[in-house]
Amino acid sequence: MLASEVSALNEEIKELVNTLGNGRQALMPILQHIQRKHGYISAHAQQEVARLLKIHPVEVDGVVSFYAFFRKGKRAKYNIRLCQTISCELMNKEGIARALERELGIKFGEVTKDEKFSLEFINCLGMCDQGPAMLINNEVYTNLTPRKVVEILNSLK
Amino acid sequence: MPILNKPIIFDKNNFGNGFEKGLNGRPMDIVLEIRESGLKGRGGAGFPTGTKWMLAATAVSEKKYVICNADEGEPGTFKDRMLLTEFTEELLQGMILCGYAIGAKEGYIYLRGEYEYMLSHINGTIQKFHEEGKLGKNILGKNFDFEITVRLGAGAYVCGEESALIESLEGHRGEPRNRPPYPVNTGFMGYPTVVNNVETLVTVPIIINKGAEWFRNIGTEKSRGTKLLSVSGDVEKPGIYEVPFGTKIIDMLDMVGAKDTKAVQIGGASGICIPKEELHRNLSFEDVPTGGSIIVFNKSRDMLKILKNFMEFFTEESCGQCTPCRIGNKKLLDGVNMIEQGKCSVKYLKELIELGRTMQVASKCGLGQSSPNPFISIMTHFGDEILAEHY
Repeated sequence: MLASEVSALNEEIKELVNTLGNGRQALMPILQHIQRKHGYISAHAQQEVARLLKIHPVEVDGVVSFYAFFRKGKRAKYNIRLCQTISCELMNKEGIARALERELGIKFGEVTKDEKFSLEFINCLGMCDQGPAMLINNEVYTNLTPRKVVEILNSLK
Repeated sequence: MPILNKPIIFDKNNFGNGFEKGLNGRPMDIVLEIRESGLKGRGGAGFPTGTKWMLAATAVSEKKYVICNADEGEPGTFKDRMLLTEFTEELLQGMILCGYAIGAKEGYIYLRGEYEYMLSHINGTIQKFHEEGKLGKNILGKNFDFEITVRLGAGAYVCGEESALIESLEGHRGEPRNRPPYPVNTGFMGYPTVVNNVETLVTVPIIINKGAEWFRNIGTEKSRGTKLLSVSGDVEKPGIYEVPFGTKIIDMLDMVGAKDTKAVQIGGASGICIPKEELHRNLSFEDVPTGGSIIVFNKSRDMLKILKNFMEFFTEESCGQCTPCRIGNKKLLDGVNMIEQGKCSVKYLKELIELGRTMQVASKCGLGQSSPNPFISIMTHFGDEILAEHY
């Protein structure tokens, strides 16, 4: 990171702690803000949060690594997460998975070379009556078909 | 997306002025009315709500908390999604009534991270309540203050377990606590805390408006009232339905347009698999209990593939804290893979079922205690069919 980026991030975290509090119970909301804005929580951000909350950085790392929605590394611009749980599986999630892989030329767990798309599975989204379902960042897409998925990707490219 | 059949209690007309009526009476009147109604928790465990509230109300403490468990994560469940968007005001009313009844001043809604898109709607409704004097200081001109904050989860199924949820709210990893002590004694930040499911809390203003007697007349003796069902899988009309407790599974299947049904998974991944021969059983705490998830499988389905999906889910979602759950689920999944490859002897399968029974008693929380359910019920009912197909 550039020195200017570091100081901007520090400033941002200081601001978050000012509004959300410096108690342990503010940890999740603070991390969620950072995750939402940057798409990941860097090692530096974790250190800074730990310092301001007066807890050990490993405590922060423990929380970040526990929850599926927090990530430590950079994410693609569009993070595609396809529901893999039972109701979506019954509605041909597998066909959607293959269509996504074909279209993007990557496998699940990978990121496209231009860092625009990443593919992941996710557990039950609560859209079981409208499966198969997926999230692109925080947007929900339902009743997917292989054709519909390709149209969605094209609208993002 | 509304309830697809004709609602029984979840009809907007049934709320009347239950909220005002509750706040105009004494706090203990609310607790007694809820206890009298026989309402049991709708999240799945079915603990009597009135008893929980009574314990919290009689606890002596400088602070108490109300928590709405909106971490609906059980595979196949989505009824809270509808309640959170279409009955938001009624949910807030239920939480405020609970706060008044037990003497709490603060409430939290723990909303699952997957439902983040609802956040602005819920916060907007909270704002509206503040403007109308239904939240904040001196609610409806009374000497009662209450605040509600929405907090987001971050994609952990285990946080639906109430003590893990509290850990998460306190800023920790969502690892369940030993119980007892229960949250009503030592809950959020160590204070007495009532944790209730969304559906339970939305039911509260209805009971206060219509009376306990009216509510008791619906359902069965041990399961009063109705249940919202989230129906998915091989049916013509998937969606949310409301049925009185005691409804036969076969009648429910008829209503949702299920054809050639082979089995029904009731209670989600952690529930049990009911084969065709047992569809005359009924949905209630005394027969087949459910938090609302109904997944229907028709005769084209491979039961082993379904079981594999469930076991993969639990292997990923186990928090890893206790050994029976962390290792047990992995062993059961390995067993499913062995069966798939025709490498599992009947002797070993029996050992795996024994392992499942050990997990049911030895695991620390509801996740590990219930995750062997689909393995045991699918292997009991479809073991012969599965072994005949994979050899």
